[in-house]
Amino acid sequence: MSGTFVGMPAFPEAAREAVRDATLRGNLRHATHTIRAKRAKAVAEVPDWDRLREAGKRIKDHTLLHLDRYLEQLEASVTAAGGTVHWAADAEEANRIVAGLVKATGESEVVKVKSMATQEIGLNEALEAEGIRAYETDLAELIVQLGKDRPSHILVPAIHRNRGEIRDIFRREMGAWGRPAPDGLTDTPAELAEAARLHLREKFLRAKVGISGANFMVAETGTLVVVESEGNGRMCLTLPETLISVVGIEKIVPTWRDLEVFLQTLPRSSTAERMNPYTSMWTGTTDGDGPRAFHLVLLDNGRTDTLADEVGRQALRCIRCSACLNVCPVYERAGGHAYGSVYPGPIGAILSPQLRGTGSEIDASLPYASSLCGACYEVCPVAIDIPEVLVHLRERVVEGGQVTSRGDKVVLKPAKGHAAERAAMRAARWAFSHPGALRTGQRLASRTRRLHPRTLPGPGRAWSGTRDLPEVPAEPFRDWWRRTDGGKDGVK
Amino acid sequence: MSARERILGRVRRALADVPRDDTPYERAVVRDYLREHGERTVEQTVDLLAENLADYRAVVHRTDFDELPYLVMRLLAERGSQYVLVPPGLPPEWMSAADPTRIHDRAVSTPQELDRVESVVTGCAVAIAETGTIVLDGSPDQGRRRITLVPDHHICVVRVPEQVVSSVPQALERLDPARPLTWISGPSATSDIELDRVEGVHGPRTLEVVLLPS
Repeated sequence: MSGTFVGMPAFPEAAREAVRDATLRGNLRHATHTIRAKRAKAVAEVPDWDRLREAGKRIKDHTLLHLDRYLEQLEASVTAAGGTVHWAADAEEANRIVAGLVKATGESEVVKVKSMATQEIGLNEALEAEGIRAYETDLAELIVQLGKDRPSHILVPAIHRNRGEIRDIFRREMGAWGRPAPDGLTDTPAELAEAARLHLREKFLRAKVGISGANFMVAETGTLVVVESEGNGRMCLTLPETLISVVGIEKIVPTWRDLEVFLQTLPRSSTAERMNPYTSMWTGTTDGDGPRAFHLVLLDNGRTDTLADEVGRQALRCIRCSACLNVCPVYERAGGHAYGSVYPGPIGAILSPQLRGTGSEIDASLPYASSLCGACYEVCPVAIDIPEVLVHLRERVVEGGQVTSRGDKVVLKPAKGHAAERAAMRAARWAFSHPGALRTGQRLASRTRRLHPRTLPGPGRAWSGTRDLPEVPAEPFRDWWRRTDGGKDGVK
Repeated sequence: MSARERILGRVRRALADVPRDDTPYERAVVRDYLREHGERTVEQTVDLLAENLADYRAVVHRTDFDELPYLVMRLLAERGSQYVLVPPGLPPEWMSAADPTRIHDRAVSTPQELDRVESVVTGCAVAIAETGTIVLDGSPDQGRRRITLVPDHHICVVRVPEQVVSSVPQALERLDPARPLTWISGPSATSDIELDRVEGVHGPRTLEVVLLPS
């Protein structure tokens, strides 16, 4: 993934910083609570939600298990409809292809629709290095770009900013990028939206190259689908002469009909709407309507490595709705930046360590950025069992083992820093298989209970820093059982 | 080795543990979800469409064939529009009473030219009652995608009840994926400021839907 987040501290340190920021916590609490109630209402309107969820899961699973076949079919359909398909094994390759395509048009600026894939590969920075300026046109992405900030939410990358902060960013920065913010701009959302409309319109009208991602790609027809609200997507997809779409290979669905599931579950899960304001669907190029050239860049960048993991591959079902972020108690408090990735929240905690591997400190810590409460799984419209994958990845971090990295099987060493945990588990295994030693140990613990410290010493200190140690009972359970004949004789 | 071969090779190796399964796709996925939600008469379906369109801040009008030209005239006059875009196949009688100068979309029209036009009048391909959505497919009465995007005021005529379906699955059945499709549910909006919905960003900020009985 992109270098944007290189050098991030592990999640616990970053989160500790974030929870000290009262403004951030207030902004996040307000936004996530607003959307939570609305989502529940939108979902309750659909009595067959569970069946739609199950169908979505199965469609995605089937696609993933036959991904080679559907990729080839998609390539053929897009090509037959007048598009050109490119393949990119990693971020660098994708960035090189896109920069080359833009240069071939002779243009030095592009307009962009919000896209997680291009965020992931750091496309804007790569284009900048080639002398190409990329303008983000989604309101939240614009706020992030103008504020020289990082996205903190999948759907609403500027969720960490409140209206006052947004007004300040617009006033301060818009002038350097184009049309300045109107005089006397206030912090009402309608005025802020109007300011973005005015600022971006000149860019849309003159743009010759548009760059997008896609929510879905239909293998049988070659159709791409972009789901949005503001109309910036429509602008970028229809006004430029050249359209370049960078899309992860897992975004395929086999048939046109499959859209009937996701177009019902995605809007309700993400913005809590029956339907989002605009959805664009295009198949290759159309004479006289929209771009004359269409390029599709199919991106791997760790997806096939994720696919190779039997448990972890379910993360590739994700349709990027962000419902799991909005319900997560950890995300609500820590915010998106602490996850050190364009994919924050519960889904990020299982996606980033799989796409990037668990080599860095931040990636090795992400599977622990959860209380395993399971709220994310409950709301997931494609039923990704995020807690299951988190536990699986924790095991991988602690125990090491075989994984796939850039297409090759490699054996991971157990991570450092988990030696105490492993030693404790080994000791437990030995004790439980030696009943005599266990009994002696338990009795000793009971007799010395008054002397036990409240917190653990040494490496255990971090663990007991946020937990209460359980009190050891006066008598071990097994002694009590024997003495009272399983409680039958009524003696306490 | 090309990137294509490399990626396809990685996919195949990643799936080496998966037993071969040749179940045809139609049978591989159980689709026991509903084709539509609830039972409604044709009139009730049209009413639901009107209700859901209005819920997302589209302005809904009902009229009949004789009154339509006057309604269109009135809506354009209320906006104060001097120019109105018309797609090539729009029934001329819809515009017969309208005052503004009609602008015909031509292949050479630039986005800047379109930006000087205040309003656009189109038909639609299908409308979805449950979600309050109209779908445009670039047919001659709807025109190119850009003409319903750049002007700030869109009047869309839906022929009821034949263009109205209940649900998303029914709409997809009627649509041709080979055509460029635009699904519109209310005027442009954003939830990007504190996750609260605000109408009016880049697309038409006023969407008026006219339900026209045939």
